Amino acid sequence: MKKVLELKSVHTYYGHIHALKGVSLEVREGEIVTLIGANGAGKTTTLRTISGMVAPREGEIIFEGQRVNHLPAYEIVKRGIGHVPEGRRIFPRLTVEENLEIGAYLTNDRQAVAERKAEVFDLFPRLAERRRQLGGTLSGGEQQMLAIGRALMQDPRILLLDEPSMGLAPVLVDAIFEIIVELNKRGKTILLVEQNALLALKVAHRGYVLQTGEITLEGPAEELARNEEVKKAYLGG
Amino acid sequence: MFEVLISLLPSVLLEGLILGFVYAMIALGYTMVYGVLELINFAHSEIFMSGAVAGAETFILLKGTIANPYLLLLVAIIIGGAVAAFVSVSVERLAYRPLRKRGTTNRLVPLITAIGASFFLQDLVRLIEGLWNNAFYRRYPTFDAFERTYNLPVWLGDIVIILSLFTFFFAIVYLIYWVGVRLARAKQKRPTRNTLYALSGLSILFTVLFSLKYREVLTTDMGLSIQMKSLLVIVVSLAMLFGLNWLVNKTKLGVAIRAVAQDAQTASLMGINPDVIISRTFLIGGFLGGVAGVLFGLLYTLVHPYVGFIPGIKAFTAAVLGGIGNITGAAVGGLVLGMLEMLGGTYLTFLTNGAMGTEYKDILAFVILILILLFRPQGILGQQVGEKV
Ligand SMILES: Nc1ncnc2c1ncn2[C@@H]1O[C@H](COP(=O)(O)OP(=O)(O)OP(=O)(O)O)[C@@H](O)[C@H]1O
Ligand SMILES: [Mg+2]
Repeated sequence: MKKVLELKSVHTYYGHIHALKGVSLEVREGEIVTLIGANGAGKTTTLRTISGMVAPREGEIIFEGQRVNHLPAYEIVKRGIGHVPEGRRIFPRLTVEENLEIGAYLTNDRQAVAERKAEVFDLFPRLAERRRQLGGTLSGGEQQMLAIGRALMQDPRILLLDEPSMGLAPVLVDAIFEIIVELNKRGKTILLVEQNALLALKVAHRGYVLQTGEITLEGPAEELARNEEVKKAYLGG
Repeated sequence: MFEVLISLLPSVLLEGLILGFVYAMIALGYTMVYGVLELINFAHSEIFMSGAVAGAETFILLKGTIANPYLLLLVAIIIGGAVAAFVSVSVERLAYRPLRKRGTTNRLVPLITAIGASFFLQDLVRLIEGLWNNAFYRRYPTFDAFERTYNLPVWLGDIVIILSLFTFFFAIVYLIYWVGVRLARAKQKRPTRNTLYALSGLSILFTVLFSLKYREVLTTDMGLSIQMKSLLVIVVSLAMLFGLNWLVNKTKLGVAIRAVAQDAQTASLMGINPDVIISRTFLIGGFLGGVAGVLFGLLYTLVHPYVGFIPGIKAFTAAVLGGIGNITGAAVGGLVLGMLEMLGGTYLTFLTNGAMGTEYKDILAFVILILILLFRPQGILGQQVGEKV
């Protein structure tokens, strides 16, 4: 299958902190790929580097055959990378509907925007009920739905999800993961960062394990789920 | 004596309202820029000034060509607004953006830059005007049509009186409320909807009682009168305020401005280039400031490179009064400040038997600014940045 996204030994720094030490990974069309690892391993940094929020110092990021590293974030979005950031980061004082519309900022075709909005509301009926409410007044789960919906409004080629289950009740976690699987079935390519490794490996096709800025293990998701090291470190024995 | 004071009240409040509209338009520029950058753009007073001067030049240059004063005013407003918008965008591009790109985190640096830009603009305009006219004072021409005074029909006069009284009482009741909250050391930061309803109800009650009691004095035989140019100021300001309201709430650019104000990084994940939006914000704020400059020139006729300072600092006070970063707040703050200033200016003379004249009215704004900063730095309406208005 076609490679959608590829990282070739990417190094990212925050000042003197060497957060990514040569990360290489790839995501192919139609896949769910998960990136798991402990706190501070560099998962968020990997996604932020891909979407241009931080610039890598070394290495290459190739999206659909073109180098995108060193492009600013707003240019990378245009290429078709949708990023649902850690902690949701919805706009608290825009309404739900405005949050979605700003997600489609790059689309000038009103018809297309309306269609996508309808799709998002179809996927998350909760959001339709709350469309006039301010984003900041939503519950954590609803905010996560809104953050995902907002990214979908760009109709991205690949969706980067950063810990969509964070801080949610178990029922909601299941609901969000069902949505992720559903989106994938509809053809979205997904790069999923998760602390909840068990669940992530269940829905993903392949996975990477990140440890203090380096990829230490990779492989098909079922294999990783059976791996003794992974079990011990991330799956609670 | 007391009756004289009250009989003056309606016209004083009306005058204050007119001045308040000018302040409101300038204040919007401060507040919008603060909203997206958390920067107090002290050069905004000079952006206002450049609009006022450009307006004067337009009037003087085209007076012979365009006979219709209303059309001439329209052209002057457009040119004054455009020049100020250009200056505003240039200041951002040449002074603030380079600092931003360098990642300066010290908040003092952009502030000092802003003050530097202010001085630069004053002297630049002085230089240009000096080369161009050999003098840097310019006078707006007067037109009979604009100077003419109209008596408001009684019903309209009554409406204006009642509205101004209401605003006046509301301001007082609110002031007492927040001083009370402050003294009680209550946790609650801003009044709930119900508190606001209660305060409004109280103000309505006062308005009704007051206007019934002083019925005779309030509506004099002459009624309320207004000059054409003041009326024009109100009409143009209202048009600008409604236009801005539409732009901020209903257009894609408006949503993008609010998004950048709330979270610029995440906005860039939506494909928004924050620099472009910041530049647009300076454009809009500059245009409003320039139009305010032309209206100011129309009211007070004399303009020069240093004319921006006092109105600028008053409009800044208005923006702080309404809660800096809050768009509605800036408009309300402008109106309230305009009225307070006129009240202070008029009644100070009376109350001190002429010992303190109207010239003290300028101090009022500074006193208010200091009081707010001491007691309620978040302003009256208090909400932050990027609000729907
Ligand atoms: N803005 C920043 N400035 C300095 N250091 C940072 C910054 N963001 C992250 N880091 C550091 O980079 C490393 C990787 O952080 P990152 O947020 O990518 O980890 P993570 O795997 O997403 O962790 P978590 O599971 O807690 O979200 C950490 O050591 C962190 O302290
Ligand atoms: Mg993280």
